[in-house]
Amino acid sequence: MRENTADRNSFRHALTIDPDVCVGCAHCMRVCPTEALRVRQGKAILQNNRCIDCGECFNVCPSGAIVIKQDEFDSIFAYQHRVALIPSIIIGQFPEDVTPDMICQALVSIGFTKIMLVEDSVEYLIPQVRNYVENADCEKPIISSYCPAIVRLIQVKFPSLVGNLMLLRPPLDLTTAYVKQELVREGAAEEQIGVFYITPCAAKIAAVKSPVGEDRSEVTGVFNMDYIYNRILREIRHKDVDPSIAVKYKPLSARSLRWSLTGGEANEVKGSCLAIDGIANVIQFLEKVENEEITGVDFLELRSCDQSCAGGALTAGNRFIAVEHLHKDSVALSSKKVVSDKILCDYKTANEGKTALRRVEPRSMLKLDEDMGMAMQKMERVNRMMCHLPGVDCGVCGAPSCSALAEDIVQGEATISQCVFLQRTMEQNKLSPDHAFKIMKQVWGDDRFKKNCHKPYKSK
Amino acid sequence: MDLEFNVQGGDFVRAGNASSQIKKVLKQLNADSAIIKRVVVALYEAEVNIAAHAYDGVIRANIDTERIRLLLDDNGPGIPDIERAMTPGYSTASSAVREMGFGAGMGLPNIRANADEFVITSEVGKGTHLEITVYLNQ
Repeated sequence: MRENTADRNSFRHALTIDPDVCVGCAHCMRVCPTEALRVRQGKAILQNNRCIDCGECFNVCPSGAIVIKQDEFDSIFAYQHRVALIPSIIIGQFPEDVTPDMICQALVSIGFTKIMLVEDSVEYLIPQVRNYVENADCEKPIISSYCPAIVRLIQVKFPSLVGNLMLLRPPLDLTTAYVKQELVREGAAEEQIGVFYITPCAAKIAAVKSPVGEDRSEVTGVFNMDYIYNRILREIRHKDVDPSIAVKYKPLSARSLRWSLTGGEANEVKGSCLAIDGIANVIQFLEKVENEEITGVDFLELRSCDQSCAGGALTAGNRFIAVEHLHKDSVALSSKKVVSDKILCDYKTANEGKTALRRVEPRSMLKLDEDMGMAMQKMERVNRMMCHLPGVDCGVCGAPSCSALAEDIVQGEATISQCVFLQRTMEQNKLSPDHAFKIMKQVWGDDRFKKNCHKPYKSK
Repeated sequence: MDLEFNVQGGDFVRAGNASSQIKKVLKQLNADSAIIKRVVVALYEAEVNIAAHAYDGVIRANIDTERIRLLLDDNGPGIPDIERAMTPGYSTASSAVREMGFGAGMGLPNIRANADEFVITSEVGKGTHLEITVYLNQ
């Protein structure tokens, strides 16, 4: 699974489906907010140009067939300086008796040489965000680019809003540049520094492996938080952590600690600011922004997951508990000034001239054809087909909705006889039951029609 | 291609339905997003006008590869002085409508600003007729 440079260009998604494990239950297809999944031959198929790496499919998959690709852990040992960049929400994952110091010590114990919180750069970032929102000459509302799934959602589904995206690099990039600079100052050779990000979600992996608005990420590799969580907890529970490891958790400011939670950004920006989490809520809101039904908003903090990053697909703990845990910690910190002017100055040097992202390009998934005349013909066919389809969105055809099936048909990717309702009608005329059965098997595979008392289920 | 929508007077909750549907169609047709935005903003204003002032109305959309033409007909009080109604800031909206955040008097000027062609006719006591044309390739 190790990525080399050649793979970076083709690596567009962190989410992949393992066809050997997939049982074709279609749970994923029903929850995908961009209708990026279909079932064929009894397996879920992901359409790359529609997927935004939000991870909703991963959350509902009962058989563990949806895999979030991470780098090989041992790849860290190719570097003399091995930095673990951990998001603050990792602290909220563990039981109360596991202190942040213990987490840092365990990370050193498994092989890292330096531990940094991703949100370390937030104090440096906040004035820039404020300045951007106050002075930007682009259209309001300015939409935060913090959540990579939201950036991708806007590219594919709301192309007219790409100009509203805030073109500032996220904390992950700023912290990475800073930590590299500091290590080089301490005498490290740059090629001996590996910076590894512990991610709570798939979208952040995609942001590292195929970034939008920048050529390449400075991050060396990515590990999934659920994997690292297990490694840390095993270290703490089954071994006595070596007392000679003196590494200490370096506290963040209260607002940095809360940055990745819902309201973390919006509370720090002046003017009319809204924080919206949960991809369905975000889509509903953006529809209204696009129509200018909602106006007068200066800044939108949009996060794909419920409870923002605390609800990421790769988190280990309960999201509500994690949020409460971090809020408690941040209240305890609220009066302390923990970031010195010198550190802010070092951040400035490390990120001089590279805090801006390039313009984000739309890549609309909705168009039926590049050519408008063709698109119109296809749409008329879709409309005619919709008169015959039942409109119950049952998904038995292997597409998530009747309209998705109609579009697949005009694009030559499905046939109308995949609809069970129309099959019944066709059987009245000339379709033989045998043929109808064969069509269903093409969608769902042979196994779906065999007795199976061990269907997987997952409650999350 | 022809599409038709009904609008109920006083129903601000559903005003926006036609513009959302039209928006989806134009996205599927691969129209330029800046042009889509103009169509949607103009149509939404017009929908809210029907909801705010009329008893009911019909929106008809005709789309071809050159342009989208929107015809809006309402049964309502009509506009006695169209020129004044086209002045930014001028509004006859009731205080109840204003309290809902509508009726600031920018509706008709905003529709005209977003349309390539705009025709308005009105008969007092009967209703108002709007024709909004936006070219899709310019």
